[in-house]
Amino acid sequence: MFIDVVVRRSLVASLIAVLAACVALAQTDPAGPQSRTRPTPAVVPSQFEFVGSWAPLGTEDVQNDSVPVDYLGLALTDEGRTRALSYDESQKSMIERQCQGWGASYMVLGPFGLRITSQSDQQKRLVSYTIDAWEDWMEMTIWMDDRTRPSEHALHTQAGFTTGRWEGGALGARTTHLKTGFIRKTGVPLSDQATIDWRFFRHGDLLTVLMVARDPVYLAEPEIISKSFRLSKVPLDFRDPCVPGYEGREPGDDVPHFSPDENPFLDEFMKLYNLPREAVLGYRDTLYPEYRKRIKNTYVPPPPCTADCGVAGNFVRRRAG
Amino acid sequence: MRRSLAAIAGVVLVLFAVGGASAQRQGSASSSSARDLAPIDLTGYWVSYVTENWRYRMVTPAKGEYRRIPASPAALPIINAWDPVADQRAGNQCKSYGAAAIMSVPGRLHITWQDADTLRIDTDAGTQTRLLRFTDRASSSASRPAWQGDSNARWERVAAAGSTAQDPAYAAGGSLRVVTSNLRAGYLRKNGVPYSERATVTEHFDIAPLPDGGTLLLVNTIVDDPVYLNAPYVVSPHFKKEPDGSKWDPTPCSSTW
Repeated sequence: MFIDVVVRRSLVASLIAVLAACVALAQTDPAGPQSRTRPTPAVVPSQFEFVGSWAPLGTEDVQNDSVPVDYLGLALTDEGRTRALSYDESQKSMIERQCQGWGASYMVLGPFGLRITSQSDQQKRLVSYTIDAWEDWMEMTIWMDDRTRPSEHALHTQAGFTTGRWEGGALGARTTHLKTGFIRKTGVPLSDQATIDWRFFRHGDLLTVLMVARDPVYLAEPEIISKSFRLSKVPLDFRDPCVPGYEGREPGDDVPHFSPDENPFLDEFMKLYNLPREAVLGYRDTLYPEYRKRIKNTYVPPPPCTADCGVAGNFVRRRAG
Repeated sequence: MRRSLAAIAGVVLVLFAVGGASAQRQGSASSSSARDLAPIDLTGYWVSYVTENWRYRMVTPAKGEYRRIPASPAALPIINAWDPVADQRAGNQCKSYGAAAIMSVPGRLHITWQDADTLRIDTDAGTQTRLLRFTDRASSSASRPAWQGDSNARWERVAAAGSTAQDPAYAAGGSLRVVTSNLRAGYLRKNGVPYSERATVTEHFDIAPLPDGGTLLLVNTIVDDPVYLNAPYVVSPHFKKEPDGSKWDPTPCSSTW
């Protein structure tokens, strides 16, 4: 009797152990432990808060050195190139132009951060975002209330007229009604027919601003620039007013300029870095990988800097000195 | 005895039921693969559009120049000792084609799904292959560091603060987040600005419509390296979508060009 009980209990225990093993086996990946994977995670949701202060990161070169006649990374029309070559930076010393400021594109081309606020109506519906001004950049309002774009004959300003809406997890916006200005501080022009599309992406504490600028007059292809900013715990404030002062030019003096084919700085940037002329002058083909292959056998890197090399081994200070 | 056997049979049924349900859950999880869940379509051919960092990407800058890169003091001797011919001779010609730099190398990408949970990126410049895995492999042994390292990917859906799932803008779009580690030490720039094997690369892949009807791919790239960087190095190269692979032109790695 005692033996019968022992045998029966052993049988039950063995049966349960075998069944448990079978169940465990059924749950195991047939491909074995080497390739065992966790289930595909669901799409991770997050919320995008645009309002705040965003400090610039200086790790991308969007304007090169601001050396005259540097149009690298641009696809210019012949008209745009000619007009750029006629530009003399001394224009900015004219008292009536000192506080002219830069156009909307300077948001990603300039050195400043962004301070963004929002405005709502009495029902707490979002009406607009405002990106505050810097001393040489006008504030930009992004209208979020589906308002109609003004007539093409309406006032054109440095900041232009901008509407926006949320699209696929990013804030998309379009700027029109720009006053004729510049897309680079080296005098590369942007006409009053230009349109700028913006897209603001947020990933964690990084805000990346993508600019796609089209101009049927001066750009052969869109100028595309992206710039990242980091959320700042300290509110930014760059609103010191621009105060014009005498810089050697009297009101009414001629506007400084060059004859495009006699620009004395034509070769400066090229020689500084041994760069190909067509790249420095903003020819369209130079923006694509094929161009890199084309100059493979002709490009010679500049020699290493050996004295007074400037920031991070950069050449500008040495050669300009 | 009969009661015992009945009890055993009951336990067996419960265990099989639990096991079966679990297997079914796994089955449904695998049917919702990363490919099925993709909020954006990254597949296809893409070409670099070099409007930023031109001087550091399209040509090789001078030896010793590391402008815009927050290089640490430990990096400076390596920057100043850069010898591309020696790299080529030592078989290290792919040092500037690693995951921390490859998206900035002018060229074309071909993005495909290798399987339902692995996105594959081939580059014609340097003929590199990146595998972005949406599943964490429970590997028994760590793989050796490689130029493209190990990449873990996930989709992210971002919505405007305060928006709800009912908003049209909430539903569409999203982003791909990729974190890459286990890298073989390489160069951030062609002229020998280094990153170490301890570097981590975090990328976000986003797409945006272009006014001409095309599509732009933006790859926001953050390189963290406790050895050779004082701060994260952030760049965001972008690509235009191409209709086909007719301009695909594989070229091997080169340290001299």
